[in-house]
Amino acid sequence: MTDQDLRQATQAYAVRLGDDALILGHRLSEWTSRAPFLEEDLALQNVALDYIGRARMFYGYAAELSADGRTEDDFAYLRDARQFSNLLIHELPRGDFAFTMARQLLTDVFSSLYLEQLLRSTDATLAGIAAKAAKETRYHLRRSREWALRLGDGTDESHARMVRAIDELWGYTHELFELDALEQQLADAGIGVDNAALRPAWLKQVSAILTEATLRVPEDSWVVRGGRTGYHTENLGHILSEMQSVHRAYPGVSW
Amino acid sequence: MTPEQNFMRKIEAEEKIEPKDWMPDAYRKNLVRQVSQHAHSEVIGMQPEGNWITRAPSLRRKAILLSKVQDEGGHGLYLYSACETLGVAREELVAAMQQGIAKYASIFNYPAQTWADVGAIGWLVDGAAIVNQVSLQRTSYGPYSRAMIRICKEESFHQRQGFEIMLVLASGSPEQQAMAQDALNRFYWPSLMMFGPHDAESAHSARSMQWKIKRETNDDLRQKFIDQTAEQVKVLGLTHPDRDLKWNAERGHYDSGDIDWDEFYNVINGNGHANRQRLAHHIQAHEEGAWVREAMSAYKARRKALTAQQAA
Repeated sequence: MTDQDLRQATQAYAVRLGDDALILGHRLSEWTSRAPFLEEDLALQNVALDYIGRARMFYGYAAELSADGRTEDDFAYLRDARQFSNLLIHELPRGDFAFTMARQLLTDVFSSLYLEQLLRSTDATLAGIAAKAAKETRYHLRRSREWALRLGDGTDESHARMVRAIDELWGYTHELFELDALEQQLADAGIGVDNAALRPAWLKQVSAILTEATLRVPEDSWVVRGGRTGYHTENLGHILSEMQSVHRAYPGVSW
Repeated sequence: MTPEQNFMRKIEAEEKIEPKDWMPDAYRKNLVRQVSQHAHSEVIGMQPEGNWITRAPSLRRKAILLSKVQDEGGHGLYLYSACETLGVAREELVAAMQQGIAKYASIFNYPAQTWADVGAIGWLVDGAAIVNQVSLQRTSYGPYSRAMIRICKEESFHQRQGFEIMLVLASGSPEQQAMAQDALNRFYWPSLMMFGPHDAESAHSARSMQWKIKRETNDDLRQKFIDQTAEQVKVLGLTHPDRDLKWNAERGHYDSGDIDWDEFYNVINGNGHANRQRLAHHIQAHEEGAWVREAMSAYKARRKALTAQQAA
């Protein structure tokens, strides 16, 4: 690969990671004024804020690499669902509190492993973003683990809701560990993460937490994939039509 | 000296009343009413702006708004804690609001319809709140005063972000300018009403002033706000919604037009666009969270029993 190719690939990679962060942050921000109690409302907003911040850092870097005048907002507000490349698990509706916390648990364990690798990226900017994000994720994971224990080992109802949530999410977790050609190239170049290699550690940690929470790992009986190629669930279109509505209604102005 | 005399002595000497001090029942009641109403306002106030987080027109605005709304929730927490020092549990306070017995600021019964409304709320609603809160930093009840000092530090950032949203819109495209003007027109008068009725008609004012729960009258605080807002409207280059607004050199203040109090009472009495929506939203979130809170206590109880068992 030429330097130019590598630069382009890194730009696309930064957009992908920005998409993951923005869409999950959006879902978390939907909890504002809707959490089970006030302290939890603030905590969820905190996590949402971390993800929005993460999206801005990745998009900001993507904008810098494209060097064509685009800004972070162009990536967030002026692309359609087919151009978004977030993994599908992030766009699923927030569901009930069990669903939200189960998704956080599965993605927090993933993120902690992923960021630990991205920290070692030969790309200094990506490594820098990963360093900041890794700190946040440690706090996120502590929270989602605690919630998994409380809900899994709480009441019959909370247990049943957690079982259902994990079941509904499981088929979307496989995609977390798949690389396409672009990601493989970047992993080979020491820039990106070889996420396929993370699955054993992820499964081990997730299993341990679920077991402690009196829950179990579901069978691998179904798989949905497609986020990285823009093959999304119907949910993403609704997120974008809401998120982009004001920005697109007044093209070209400042906010 | 009787406890009552000692209480009044402290009030006169500007000493703070602390939770364990003797205080008249009516003082305690009056404070619970005011502080809890203040706490509920912070929490209900998360809704109109929260309604715009998912639609904020830039990522920067989204992050700022999210963090602002989060601060409001935090203020609600400090104030509930201050109120709990008076011997009423948060659950009771929240239940009273959900039943419509305790109030929250009526301004939040107005709908936030456009992005400019987010700016107007930050600028005018938070601006009016700050004028009131700055004065309340000197309130006679210690925990309330300390909560106010903490809150005031954050509120000035809120007002700045609101004003900045308005400034960008007011100097933007014709559509953005119209949006800013429209938001100002709708939120100006209701923000003046946030200071409450005129002093002569205010039910709790005289006593609260005597006990130094309140430090300045509704009308004096409102005047401060009218004066500062008049100058800010000029900076924005928007048209002031009060056609009768005029500088009075003799008083050193702006004279203003009459407030439509019928409209104020109409909204307070349940005829605002969002009265039912705000309460229903709060109750729904609370009810939907019941199973989570139950699971938390069940888990906690089980852990406690387990630890006790291991210790035995």
